[in-house]
Amino acid sequence: MTDLLLSEELTGLVQAGYVIAAVLFIAALAGLSKHETAKRGNIAGMVGMGIALLSTLVLAAQNAEAGYGRGVALTLVLALVPMAIGGVIGARRARSVEMTGMPELIALLHSFVGLAAVLVGINAFVEYGPFADGVANVEIFLGVFIGAVTFTGSIVANLKLSAKMKSSPLVLPARHLLNLAIIVVSFVLLLWFAGSDATFGDSSLRIAIFPLLLMLALALFLGFHLVAAIGGGDMPVVVSMLNSYSGWAAAAAGFTLGNDLLIITGALVGSSGAILSYIMCQAMNRSFVSVIAGGFGSDGTVTGEARDYGEHREIQAAETAELLAGASSVVITPGYGMAVAQAQYPVAELTRRLRAAGVEVRFGIHPVAGRLPGHMNVLLAEAKVPYDIVLEMDEINEDLAQTDVVLVIGANDTVNPAAQDEPGSPIAGMPVLEVWHARDVVVFKRSMATGYAGVQNPLFFRENTQMLFGDAKDQVEAIVAALPVRA
Amino acid sequence: MRIGVPRESASGQTLVAATATTAARLQKLGYDVVVERGAGEGADVPDAAYTAEGVRVGEAEEVWASDVVVKVDAPTEAEIAQLRPGATVVGMLAPARSPELVQRLSDARVTALAMDAVPRISRAQSMDVLSSMANVAGYRAVVEAAHAFGRQFTGQVTAAGKIPPARVFVVGAGVAGLAAIGAANSMGAIVRAFDVRPEVAEQVESMGAEFVRVEMEQEVSSDGYAKEMTAEQEAATAAMYDEEARNADIVITTALIPGRPAPVLVRAETVAGMKNGSVIVDMAAANGGNCELTQRDQRVVTDNLVTILGYTDLAGRLAAQTSQLYGTNIVNLMTLLTPEKDGELRLDLDDVVQRGLTVVRAGEVMWPPPPVQVSAAPAATPEPAATAAPEPAAPKPPPDPRRKYYAAGLGAVLFALAAAYAPPDFLAHITVFVLAVFVGYYVISNVAHALHTPLMAETNAISGIILVGGILQVGNENIAVSLLAVVAVLVASINIFGGFLVTLRMLQMFRKG
Repeated sequence: MTDLLLSEELTGLVQAGYVIAAVLFIAALAGLSKHETAKRGNIAGMVGMGIALLSTLVLAAQNAEAGYGRGVALTLVLALVPMAIGGVIGARRARSVEMTGMPELIALLHSFVGLAAVLVGINAFVEYGPFADGVANVEIFLGVFIGAVTFTGSIVANLKLSAKMKSSPLVLPARHLLNLAIIVVSFVLLLWFAGSDATFGDSSLRIAIFPLLLMLALALFLGFHLVAAIGGGDMPVVVSMLNSYSGWAAAAAGFTLGNDLLIITGALVGSSGAILSYIMCQAMNRSFVSVIAGGFGSDGTVTGEARDYGEHREIQAAETAELLAGASSVVITPGYGMAVAQAQYPVAELTRRLRAAGVEVRFGIHPVAGRLPGHMNVLLAEAKVPYDIVLEMDEINEDLAQTDVVLVIGANDTVNPAAQDEPGSPIAGMPVLEVWHARDVVVFKRSMATGYAGVQNPLFFRENTQMLFGDAKDQVEAIVAALPVRA
Repeated sequence: MRIGVPRESASGQTLVAATATTAARLQKLGYDVVVERGAGEGADVPDAAYTAEGVRVGEAEEVWASDVVVKVDAPTEAEIAQLRPGATVVGMLAPARSPELVQRLSDARVTALAMDAVPRISRAQSMDVLSSMANVAGYRAVVEAAHAFGRQFTGQVTAAGKIPPARVFVVGAGVAGLAAIGAANSMGAIVRAFDVRPEVAEQVESMGAEFVRVEMEQEVSSDGYAKEMTAEQEAATAAMYDEEARNADIVITTALIPGRPAPVLVRAETVAGMKNGSVIVDMAAANGGNCELTQRDQRVVTDNLVTILGYTDLAGRLAAQTSQLYGTNIVNLMTLLTPEKDGELRLDLDDVVQRGLTVVRAGEVMWPPPPVQVSAAPAATPEPAATAAPEPAAPKPPPDPRRKYYAAGLGAVLFALAAAYAPPDFLAHITVFVLAVFVGYYVISNVAHALHTPLMAETNAISGIILVGGILQVGNENIAVSLLAVVAVLVASINIFGGFLVTLRMLQMFRKG
């Protein structure tokens, strides 16, 4: 056993396992680019993770056998038992989570990566003691910093998304200065940390733990403050941004431990999250830098100017059903409101009924609809809406003029014509679904309140727009019930 | 009030100011309409068609004695003499080019409305006869060219050999040019087009033509007008015209400068260099022509058998269509002038559209009208500093492309410096890191938007790889390290298992219909 564990071949095998795992991770992400290959991609990811964990367990056993630490058996138990517990918790969460609650879950999972990165970084510091050189110090410091920001940032995002915390932005005075000050102070602490080799008496623990812990506290606050300053509606960007941060945290841990697999994976995840955030930003016409810096959601106070937009007109479910029955093409543009009302199942049922009656039904998804990128697609898929009738904004915008009826379900800012017509509007320039070109527009809404951006929507007052007030789920069900049965 | 629709007196004029359909619509506005006998014949509208729509057909005297006379061409001296004082005459009067006509109309103490002076603003588009006629003329120009051209437009491969598609070059992408592009494109020709305003490239491409660019810096015009070209630009543009015309089978020119003779764009040398059998349709012939050899209203065949068509009546050659459009423009104007729909014409000079087309009001010369304030343009303010501020719409100048190279170079130098002082271990890791970032960038860029949520769950799961760090630390002798590592392993495991399983669950839900 000892011979086997200490053999050179095994070391080579472990390295090979890491390379294979890295390749499989890349294959996993590449596979996810298309529906057809997505499942294969996920399996590649799982296999890669299995190989990586197995290799790491072997490596840990090898280290233990070589005389570091507590021996092979105890090491493996200490690794496997928490893994099993964590695995059970994770699997149960994955099975039970509602698709509408996906953003919360993903935010929570990000926080775990952040926490793990903090713990690994601190451990590395304690373990290396005074032997750490300058570069290693910087790596540890950065890993803990990014991890801490990710940790508290994700927790705040989770609380906001699950409505356990007020979703409106927290605006502290001089918050940008505050953030900047934290970063500057952290940098000074980094210089102190890297430059101090002194230890507590004879122990190997360095006095440099002070700057490290001080920075940890600051970074935890920074993560909290960055995300708390962003409102609930901008969470798609925040979640993908945190996704990116969690990747960088893992990469930093990889540098600390000299583990290439961690570095590769962290870099993959980091750039993936960054690109996703970039795509989101473009969809909302916001600058990437201001998002990364945080606090972008509330810049430029929205003046709720009392303008007379005219009268809106109401419609009832039965009339909507008639309208739909008489239409030949229908486009449904869902928003976060559909997720909140859990209306995706009745919407899917409505879609099935209309399609069976020969009506062309399609969905138009705005890139920032929902609280996660692609959130609406997942919800509709859950309700068994075929993905080939679910189109992106750019694909459907041109067809809207030839559409008979558009149903706007729980969307507001993403269908606001003010983005194009009113240069002074806070959402001016944001690409929107041009639903108002359709013959009739029915807007499902609970009341005439403004959307997330706090701007009034002139769409509601257009001549071809009618409002259907009430809970989206109940109303869609009522429409389905009122649809005439066609032979 | 009575509207009279006379027969056009100019020789060769086939158009009529009201077809049976539009005359009936005028009657719906409350007017009594009388059409001169035979007025619509040139436009395929016999007198019987008017009668069938309930419109009266009468004699010239009655028509000219009406309260409102709607015409196509400007009235002649004799016709003006027949107008009642106080009557209104509507037609294409070209007031800017014919001051003596304006004077005569004023002397006759009538009200004269010029259809060709409708301000070109969005609200007045439904009355813009220049647009509707240019549209028809552009189409007809292609038909005339096809008629004179000894070959087919569309390319084919047949048993008797290959037919190459005709190459059409359109100059000027206004209404006429765009209509010509569309017509030529739908006949199967390969269409290229040029306009001095580079911003119309999108419209040209939307009609199916390729936009020709002059190989030099072109500034996007900020005020909607073509800028004065520098000598260098002019030379390059002239060379482009020459080259494009020589390569084309059909050249259609539509370039006009308001208030000036048409610019000469196709020189005699260029025509001499064109292929035998090529056709030039010069739609600017009425204003002197864009081609040096054009003769107004003539078909000219050069020594090298290039046909040059200088027809100025292109719209009139589709008389039924053009009359219908012109008639509809008239109806739209009368609708505006008859707000109560009671057959009473009310001219409101506070309205910029009505003010713009009023040449004479009851004998008083109103021409020229004050310039129309196009709503999109900011109101001129005396202080230049104030105008500078509210112009956020001005496009940012595109960043110098060289900046990217400078930035990349600077980054490389900085990295090289950092690397020179870094330990070799670190360098190996940073290599892996940088490559992985790039791989990630390209892999993720391809992901469909619909899959972003599963993607995020997946990346989340694999970022649980931090578990590796925890596993390597659990065996540490230091109890604190060991404990922290156990916690790290626990939370990272939640991540891995949760992330993969939830991705799986989501992916299983996606299905094709």
